[in-house]
Amino acid sequence: MTNKGSSFVYVTYIRTTPERLWSALTGKEFGQQYWRGASPEADWKLGGSWRLIRPDGQVNDIGEIVAFEPFKRLSIRWRNEFRPELKAEGWSLCTMEIEPVDEVVKLTLTHSIERESSKFIEAVSGGWPLILSNLKSLLETGSVGSGPMLCRG
Amino acid sequence: MGTIDDDAVFRALADANRRRLLDRLHRKNGQTLGELCEGLEMTRQAVAKHLKVLEQANLVSWQRRGREKLHFINPVPINAIAERWIRKFERRRLAALSALKNKLEGENR
Repeated sequence: MTNKGSSFVYVTYIRTTPERLWSALTGKEFGQQYWRGASPEADWKLGGSWRLIRPDGQVNDIGEIVAFEPFKRLSIRWRNEFRPELKAEGWSLCTMEIEPVDEVVKLTLTHSIERESSKFIEAVSGGWPLILSNLKSLLETGSVGSGPMLCRG
Repeated sequence: MGTIDDDAVFRALADANRRRLLDRLHRKNGQTLGELCEGLEMTRQAVAKHLKVLEQANLVSWQRRGREKLHFINPVPINAIAERWIRKFERRRLAALSALKNKLEGENR
């Protein structure tokens, strides 16, 4: 067991272009749709600040953009701000990589923290599949399903 | 890679050994082939073959860490199946989304 820390790697294939996927990942209007209740706000550039806002206006997560390569790679240094036990675990790293594969685009999402059995990773790993499904259907069909809300006000 | 293929997902899930591998990754994510083989009554080759099927169905993702290849459970296709066959029965469309659809289609290439 050599791997320290907690992480997951999620992959989804979306019928879209790297450009549209990038704009969905970095645009507020799209974000509100596929985040299902939460809303990302950021200064979209390297070193820019990033926050995930709950419907009631409270800050759920905070972070900093540590990689910003348009149409290819976005990394956010990310910490929960809303739940004390998750905030106490400190900083995580979330990376989104975009790669054209044949006629579609592969999105690889990695989220990790340098801590074994992380509650934070457990929490976000449960949320991401729905967000990624929503993102995929938003880009492929123009709408998301009406699944459960991730954050309630 | 036949990765947007529901058939591949259902085929991959239609095998108890492959479901067992997914259960093991769910319990502990990010395992090497060697770790996944521990305590299983399958040869290493058989496990590798099952992992390949799971990878092709996009149910397992992987990452290199140094010389090791770590395997991760990827629940996104399972979530998509749930969305399609379970949640759509409770689906209600929001007016805001059709506006968004129009906007997206307007931007489409």
